[in-house]
Amino acid sequence: MAEFRMPSLGSDMLEGTLVEWLVKPGDRVKRRDAVAVVETDKAAIEIEVYEEGIIETILAQPGQKIAVGAIMAVIRTEAGKKAETPEKATLKDASQLLAEGASVPAEDKEKKLPSIPEVEARRIKVSPYARRLAAERSVDLSTIAGTGPDGAIGATDVERTTATVITQPAEKAPPTPIEETPREASQKEAPPAAPAAERHAAKDYQTAMRRAIAAAMARSKREIPHYYLQMRLDMSSTLRWLESENLKRPIKNRILPVVPLIKGVSLALRDVPELNGYWIDDRHQISEAINLGFVIALRQGGLIAPAILNADEKCLDELMDAMRDLIVRTRSGGLRSSEMTDATVTVTNLGDLGVETVYGVIYPPQVALIGFGKTMEQPWAENGMLGVRPILMATLAADHRATDGHRGAQFLDALNRHLQEPSNL
Amino acid sequence: MTNDVMQKLTYREAVREAIREAMKKDDRVFLMGEDVGRYGGCFAVSKGLLEDFGPTRIRDTPLSESGFVGAGIGAALGGMRPIVEVMTVNFSLLAADQIINNAAAYLHMSGGLFNVPIVIRMATGGGRQLAAQHSRSLEGWYAHIPGIKVLSPATVEDARGMLWTALEDPDPVLIFENAGLYNMEGMLPPDIGPVDIDKARIRREGKDISIISYSASLFKSLDAAEILAKEGIEAEVIDLRTLRPLDETTFLDSVARTHRALIVDEGWRSGSISAEISSRIMESAFYELDAPVERLCSAEVPLPYARHLEEAALPQVNKIAALVKKMVGTHG
Repeated sequence: MAEFRMPSLGSDMLEGTLVEWLVKPGDRVKRRDAVAVVETDKAAIEIEVYEEGIIETILAQPGQKIAVGAIMAVIRTEAGKKAETPEKATLKDASQLLAEGASVPAEDKEKKLPSIPEVEARRIKVSPYARRLAAERSVDLSTIAGTGPDGAIGATDVERTTATVITQPAEKAPPTPIEETPREASQKEAPPAAPAAERHAAKDYQTAMRRAIAAAMARSKREIPHYYLQMRLDMSSTLRWLESENLKRPIKNRILPVVPLIKGVSLALRDVPELNGYWIDDRHQISEAINLGFVIALRQGGLIAPAILNADEKCLDELMDAMRDLIVRTRSGGLRSSEMTDATVTVTNLGDLGVETVYGVIYPPQVALIGFGKTMEQPWAENGMLGVRPILMATLAADHRATDGHRGAQFLDALNRHLQEPSNL
Repeated sequence: MTNDVMQKLTYREAVREAIREAMKKDDRVFLMGEDVGRYGGCFAVSKGLLEDFGPTRIRDTPLSESGFVGAGIGAALGGMRPIVEVMTVNFSLLAADQIINNAAAYLHMSGGLFNVPIVIRMATGGGRQLAAQHSRSLEGWYAHIPGIKVLSPATVEDARGMLWTALEDPDPVLIFENAGLYNMEGMLPPDIGPVDIDKARIRREGKDISIISYSASLFKSLDAAEILAKEGIEAEVIDLRTLRPLDETTFLDSVARTHRALIVDEGWRSGSISAEISSRIMESAFYELDAPVERLCSAEVPLPYARHLEEAALPQVNKIAALVKKMVGTHG
């Protein structure tokens, strides 16, 4: 038996809301299969399983808030089944075994195993008055965070939620057409209510995301001694090469200019691996895999930085596909847990909006963030000659606990070198 | 009512004036107890009454609680209106058989033929370094017994006004006077009359929590409410006044407004009046509660003699304030 538990999808995550199960009892699962969709403060994420086996029991119900580490399901694993019998035997002495007789079928023993009701232990604590208030105001208690003792929900927690509900319709409530006949009106009454509720949920969700970003960024600025380096990169050769490459491709397969930048960063991180990894427990932990987090802004506000796994091993076309896929899934809410947690470094590109230079805030516990501004034609002196070149400002924000400016400079230098030889990207 | 016609009175004087008034109004009334006459009362409550009313109506008794409480019951059955002073609640245990088995039971056992219109006064409470045997607060214990009423006047006004109403009651009434209150002063109008003995009073209004208390703990609760007000917590303070029968309506209504309740009781916690009040809130106001009902009672030890230990054992202002803050917490 293996227990499937709520994974931590970020260092600041304490709990997640189960949106749906993608499997049911009896389904066979293998490593990396997505088994459930969980909503965190950041996004709806597909969470993966790391055992092979058959889903035995599902303990968590959709809509339920589950603490990180709480058991959501029990998986019957092949290895576990074999391992289990001797373990059970050690719990009983020989005489007991004799008394019971060796004839007890294995299945019966299985059934006797109590399912671990850890999820039930997460019963929401609500004061009777708050429960009554919530019922009166149609507030879903599972959406409220309690601020009372042991996280109990009190009346003010309910009142705080209903206060936002009340202000909500004022913002964008669709005007009710008065010329409708009563019959039409009654038929149409239900639909407007649903979007209102959705908008409300979206607002809560955005608030939660804002809080999550606030927590991560405040922690970053509190704990991480940032240092910043910047380098002007001559993008002439990269862009020229990319243009000729794209001419060979159908329009839908064309590579965006950000892709060579990502590849360049990945390769430069191979050269200077110290910037790729984490600072955890007062220790610098360099990651072997280069999983490049790419900041994607959400239309409704907020951002997510899902990871392109093993970015350095992917060719430009693969990277382009991966990025496109990530952007679509980020905005539609289909990210996978490994993509949310495995980033070892982050890249942010604000050039689209005309920003020249990005001074990044590192996403803890990572140790570096690379920022790209807009590529602009600028005067560029080289070999005593003045020319106009497409120039891009690349910046590095790095954790001074993990690396020093010298390493950072080596990284930017390596990045520049790789971008000057685009055919090797 | 202006201040110049108000009269300054101690709690002790208020009780004395109440006895004096009752003696004047009704010649069936007499006072009986240990040292109430020539000595003027152990707590000087009856000082001067012997001179005014003479030894037939202000009667010194032998040191026999069972004897003189029993005599009081007999007098009441015989048509008199006795006020029996038992020095303190600690010694009333020697008269418990008379109070519980006789006074409280006669009406029921006689099929409604015999009322026992006796008033038994006694001092109660700790906090005066008199050690375990002289510091008990057993009024909540008497409130367990059907057939008697249990009054607990906290204010000077109640000390002055409750006695006459108790004497008019056809059944036994126990009045518990916290000895720590005798020196407390209050301003009363000279024409102050009897007060009701069946309603609790809100002594301070507030919206965040109901502190339910009585007797000396009332003033500790009021002091705590004053401290809490400075921190933005508005505590409502309820003076129960009568422990049997309990005026539920007042505290249940209050809890319905504040959604939190703390009971402050100098009695012990286990099997106490505070347990009874807490239960009634659960039974009748459960859906109003935004936090579990809390109780602040005396430590479950015979009250110690040493000052610091005794203070630590009793409910105190700072403990009340701290507990309220914990209960109100971020919900304030």
